Order: sequence, then C-alpha cells, then structure tokens
Amino acid sequence: MILALDSYFEPWWIQIIKSLLIFGVALGILPLIIVYERKLLGRFQGRYGPNRVGPFGLLQPLAEIVKFATKEDSRPVTSIGPLYLAAPVISILTAVAAFALVPFGDVTNVFGTRVGLYGIDPSIGPLYVFAFGAIAFYGLMLGGWASGSKYSFLGAMRAAAQLISYEVSQGLALVGVIITAGSLSLTAIVHAQGGMWYFIPQCVGFLVFTIASFAETNRSPFDLIEADAELVAGYFTEYGGTRMVAFLFAEYLNMMVVSGIAVTLFLGGWLLPFGIHPPTWVDPFVVLAKMMVFISFFIWIRATLPRLRYDQLMSFGWKILLPLAMANTLVTAIIVVAVHK
Amino acid sequence: MTWSPGEDQITVQRAPEPGAAGGTYRAFGETLRGLKTTLARVVEGVHTIQYPEEKVPVYPRFRGRHKLHRFEDTGLEKCVGCSLCAAACPSDCIRVVAAENTPQERVSAGERYAAVYEINISRCIFCGYCEVACPFDAITMGHDFEMSDYNRSDLIFTKEMLLAEPIEATPLRTEGE
Repeated sequence: MILALDSYFEPWWIQIIKSLLIFGVALGILPLIIVYERKLLGRFQGRYGPNRVGPFGLLQPLAEIVKFATKEDSRPVTSIGPLYLAAPVISILTAVAAFALVPFGDVTNVFGTRVGLYGIDPSIGPLYVFAFGAIAFYGLMLGGWASGSKYSFLGAMRAAAQLISYEVSQGLALVGVIITAGSLSLTAIVHAQGGMWYFIPQCVGFLVFTIASFAETNRSPFDLIEADAELVAGYFTEYGGTRMVAFLFAEYLNMMVVSGIAVTLFLGGWLLPFGIHPPTWVDPFVVLAKMMVFISFFIWIRATLPRLRYDQLMSFGWKILLPLAMANTLVTAIIVVAVHK
Repeated sequence: MTWSPGEDQITVQRAPEPGAAGGTYRAFGETLRGLKTTLARVVEGVHTIQYPEEKVPVYPRFRGRHKLHRFEDTGLEKCVGCSLCAAACPSDCIRVVAAENTPQERVSAGERYAAVYEINISRCIFCGYCEVACPFDAITMGHDFEMSDYNRSDLIFTKEMLLAEPIEATPLRTEGE
C-alpha cells in the first residue's frame, strides 16, 4: 500500500534518527517547560518560583525526577496489573506520536540529504493528531479503571466526558483552516499562510481551538480531570513514583503538541512576519519560540482563572463552543466557495 | 397579626442566569479583566525577600537577643548583680548569682558583681521587662533574632556570651524607611 508517496523521499536511517531526535527533544524540553511554568506562575503571584537548585533553579525538575524515581513502586491490591502498567505508557506514546507531526521547518538540505524538519507529514495531518488524541483517552480511562479505586474511576469518567465534549469543538475549529488552506498536510497549511497568518481571518476558529485546547490538555480553568482541590488527583489517584510522572509528562507533552498545532495552523509555523526570511536553520527556533509564547499564554490563564463547575464546563462546551465552531466552519465554507466562483 | 411565609422569602441565586450565551459573554469580559490584573502583577515585580541572604531590617526598638554592657572608659561591667531583672522576668529565665568585688579583682563598678548571669533564651519571651527593671542600664535588648540551635542546653546564654559583641549584625531600619 502506498500512502502519500512524496513524503517518503527520505532514506530509512534518516527516519530513525528523526524519531530518536523527536523523542529526545520532546522529553528534554519537558523539564524546562515545567520549571518555566513554575517560575512564570511565581511571577504572576509576585514571587520568584524555584530558584535554589542549580543556577536559577534550573535543576529543580531534575531533583524532582530523582525524588519520584526513588519512590517505592507500589500499586493497589485491587488494580488490574497489565492495564495498570500499560496506561501511562499509552499516554506518553500517543503524546510523542502526535508531537512527531509538528513541523519545525520545511524540507532542507542537511549534509547533502533532503530532510524534512518534521517527524512525518502525512496527507491527513490534523486527523492523525486527533486519532492519537483519541487513543490517548485510553491511557486515562485505563489508568482510572485499572486502578481498582472508585475515586480513580470517577476521575476517569469525568476525564472521558470532558475530553470527548471538547474534542468535537477542537476538531471543528480546525476545519475552517483546512477549508481555507485547501490541504490537510501541515507543511502545505504553513506555506498557505505566506500572505497572512490564519489567526486573523480565522480568529473565531483560533479562539475556539485555544479554549478547547485548555480542556483537552487538562489545564486550568478546565482542569476538572485532576481538580486537586476536590478530587485527589482524578484518574491517577492510585499512581505514584515514575508512573505518575509519566502521566504528568504526558500532560505537558500534550500541551506542547497543542501549542505546536496551534502554531502550525494559526500562527504561521516557521514563517516570520514583515517579509523577514532568515536562513533555514533558524526555522525550528522560530517554531519553538512561538510555542513558548503559546505555552506562556496557557500559564497566564492558569494564573488568572479559577476552575469551572462541572455543569458550567458541559454547558459551555456544548452550547457555546460547538455552535461557534460550526458557525465558523459554515461561514468560512460559504466565503471560500463564493470567492472561488 | 398572622405570619405569611412570603414575607421572609429571599431569592437566592445559586446558579448562573439561565442561558449560557449571556453568561459566557460576561465571563469573557471578566476573563480579560482578570488577565490584565495578573499581568499587572508580573509588571509590578517580585515581593519575595530571599531570607537567609537578604534580611528585613528591624526597627530601633525591636526586642531581640539581650546584651550586657560595660562602661566604655573603664571596661568594668555595669551589672552589679542586684537580681532585679530576675525578679521582673515573667518567664523566670534569668539566673543571677552575685559576688563581692575585691580591691584585687574588680569586675563591676558597684560593690558586688554578677558572678553568674544566665538567660535561658528558650524560655525568654522577649518582653523587655529586664531592661526596664535594670537600674544601671546594664542589660538591654539587642536586635538579633536568629538564635536557633540544636540543643536546649546551648540556648542558656552565659554572661560571657551576653557581654560579647554579636558576630553578625542584624540590619537596622533607617529613619523613614
């Protein structure tokens, strides 16, 4: 079976190197993002945040990981062994797999070999992201269910209900972009934003996507899944040590994936405004910088808003976001058809 | 007069107004206002005082660790061992044992001197009554407050410790600060 032949121009060893690189970069950036979040959150509250471990507190996540890794590896008697072990793995794997899609640059020459600065560029880009996002639910659901604890199970139920509700709006918000760009390939969508980044014509879609992303990545004000003030920790109540870290890492990875997708689809990917064309090696850093801006916005929102009540969450998702996303799709489609006629 | 239940009814709104759209519109505006507020905190800067490195200056009348004083010209101790401080102390943490000065060995300016002068810092409540009671201004409250230690016995400060100058000076608040 041949899938999108033109995206397989790379030799097999480049693909392997890229896979390792993506895994390494993703898991290497995560601790930095965690410490960045804590420091920025501190600034929002008039304090420094962690600044004792290492220079500027940069080694704080390392200290925490060591702490978690040396914890006793325990699990409840009532848990279902293999599923309990598989859940964090599913969470991490799906997040990394989705991260492979984020394009950090166009196809470039690296030491005489043509390499696309992305994991893969399938012709079904956003669908791939949502497919893996849907598989990621299994991580949550299995984690909550296999723990054999009613609190975990309740947390998992809440997680499933929230994620499914908001995934609909999130997906629909992207349809406007896809219609405008006329392609499902993420690199093609970035190229289509040469004239104007899509967050201007697709401002409603961008808004809906951003809000739905908060819910999808389990971030405040939609962090009802974890809700540490009312539930203990939601679906991973019974997890401890490195497995809990795996869930937390998956959460932050999802945040990066969502930022990457938002940057790619709405904020012009590796393109810079005002006709600035830097050399190609700058492109990944442009994407990373834009992602950091988006993540900073996540943190800003977290520092600002309190958690929603569950009925507010549901009513907002279904009664506001979904119609808004649908109207956006409809209007975009009508305009695109009218212009092309 | 008969009581009608309608008079005491108070309408309590426990949920947002029905209709999600209006609430969302208001919430959106309030969100923007909240974002402005939190961003103002970032602009405002950090209020943390990095304590062990950076200390809050104390006021001149701050009552910290006690000091015993000597006369500056003769070097004799001001304390004459009268035990008034021990009598004034509400937590009973001062112990004074007086002894007679001899012409060969003069310790204080008066007839007697304090052979033993101990303050149990772990019991002291830093009320400053000893300072008030002292007729010779021999004991005053200093400005140091970092006196924690690992053993209770180390917290009984002897006369030599109280007479010595503290190693690290606590920053003092200047006028108008």
